[in-house]
Amino acid sequence: MTTMLALLHRDLRVARRELQYFLLRVGLQPLLFTFIFGFVMPRLGIIQRGYTTMLLPGILGLSMTLSSMQAVALPLVIDFGFTKEIEDRLLAPIRISGVAIEKIIVGILQAIIAGLVVLPLAWILMRVHLTLGATDVINLLLVAFLSSWLFAAFGMVIGTMIDPQQIGLVFNILLAPMIFFGCAYYPWATLNVIPWFQVVVLVNPLVYASEGFRLALTPQMPHMSPWLVYGGLVGFSLFFTWVGLRKFEKRALD
Amino acid sequence: MEKAIAVEGLKKTYQPKARKGVEVKALDGVSFEVPRGEFFGLLGPNGAGKTTTIGILTTRVLPTAGVARIEGIEVARDPVAVKRRIGVVPQVNNLDRNLTAREILLFHAEYFGIAKHARESHARQLLERFELGERGDEKITGYSGGMLQRLKIARALMHDPAILFLDEPTTGLDPQSRLAMWDLLRELNAKGQTIFLTTHYMEEADQLCRRIAIIDHGKLLTLDSPGQLKRSVPGGYLIELHVRSKDPAHSFTAALPAMPGVVEVKSDHERVRIYADRAEGLLASAMRLASEHGVMVTDAHVAEPSLENLFLHLTGRSLRD
Repeated sequence: MTTMLALLHRDLRVARRELQYFLLRVGLQPLLFTFIFGFVMPRLGIIQRGYTTMLLPGILGLSMTLSSMQAVALPLVIDFGFTKEIEDRLLAPIRISGVAIEKIIVGILQAIIAGLVVLPLAWILMRVHLTLGATDVINLLLVAFLSSWLFAAFGMVIGTMIDPQQIGLVFNILLAPMIFFGCAYYPWATLNVIPWFQVVVLVNPLVYASEGFRLALTPQMPHMSPWLVYGGLVGFSLFFTWVGLRKFEKRALD
Repeated sequence: MEKAIAVEGLKKTYQPKARKGVEVKALDGVSFEVPRGEFFGLLGPNGAGKTTTIGILTTRVLPTAGVARIEGIEVARDPVAVKRRIGVVPQVNNLDRNLTAREILLFHAEYFGIAKHARESHARQLLERFELGERGDEKITGYSGGMLQRLKIARALMHDPAILFLDEPTTGLDPQSRLAMWDLLRELNAKGQTIFLTTHYMEEADQLCRRIAIIDHGKLLTLDSPGQLKRSVPGGYLIELHVRSKDPAHSFTAALPAMPGVVEVKSDHERVRIYADRAEGLLASAMRLASEHGVMVTDAHVAEPSLENLFLHLTGRSLRD
């Protein structure tokens, strides 16, 4: 436990040192989105003013999930494939899975910080009217935690599977489709006009995060049923954690 | 008393990564023991299995067969307990590039649960002792090879390990840094630190280690003190003469084996190698014999018994190949 805390201490020290870059990374995209979708396009009459309400949960989900995924995947790819710096932590007196779990916790923490930055930012800029009851707040906290966990674990799977040369490829063939098919920009419920597509996107873990935030922030709008949201989030989290830990141990041991 | 390190029938086979690749037998049944306080060296050419051995002993590699114990604890069974007892200086630079030298030491100690005050004073001491104090609060990007190496050792010592493992600690260092590193390691061992070192430099093993195991192709060839190892080469001394002669048949070389102490004579056109079990007086006798046969000696060299000679004798190859 002491070792785990020390590992966390190290990662947070490094993260704090890079805080300005972190804020830029998590803040810029929502800012641009809000500007285009919340300000420019409604004025052009291309989209309805209400679209921003639909968009806000998606943007929040996207920012948090990408943050936690990056926080885990990128350092792992570099550590395992290139600098081998991780070896120093693998020699700390803790089980290998302990080192891996610490990485996932760091991912969750970074995502929560990202959420704390993006939510007020988007809220104010998009001028979305949100009224949150007690249930909604509980939903928000649960969904935020589960989505961050899911994508931190997903980041571990990616980080332990790919080589540094393949990072660009991952962004193109994995992240882009995931984001476009992730229901961040449109509610899943409205996809019922294209039934096959509505079913296919269910393999995309981002769908559950986006819909989860919709459930919590804009329950008055169409959203996925809570059962499906929580089932998807918990199921994918456990699955990716299991795969991620196994892959991590495999990479860490010869 | 428990041995610091005990290894029994250690084997490691790496499965091929590509489908058509071949299995690599990195270790093929290695056994040895290291008592506490010893300076132990594992000597062998690149690819002999040195790093795999250190990897197994330091929990990073799982053996295919056999048992490795650190202070009586089976490494594969309880890696966490083993990690508490070992300090590791790996071959590659795996220092944390996001931190300063001092932070590297402090966080390392924190991983091992050492109290704040204790780790701060220990880090200060080690930085001073390893001459890193002045630049201790810099990130390590501008450090020289020797400094990085010293910092890696300082880090490994932060939690007072029972055994210090060093994987080729002087590879890539300039001669001056190498000598400084040797002094540092000798000093540590003199204070009772058990040290396990791998190297492919014979001189390094010879100078530092109390006992040396010679390894090649995953097999332990021999294990003894440097002095005993060198004495074990038949005719350990080598006298090499460069000669000029009008007589191509070299009646001189034919007469050489009759001299007392000579074990074997090998010659090509201008070079005569005399393997002998002692060197005293032999060079002078050989020179006298040469002038009697009208052979001019242009250069002469006497080599003491060396680990290089031993390796050549054991494997038929030079360590440098």
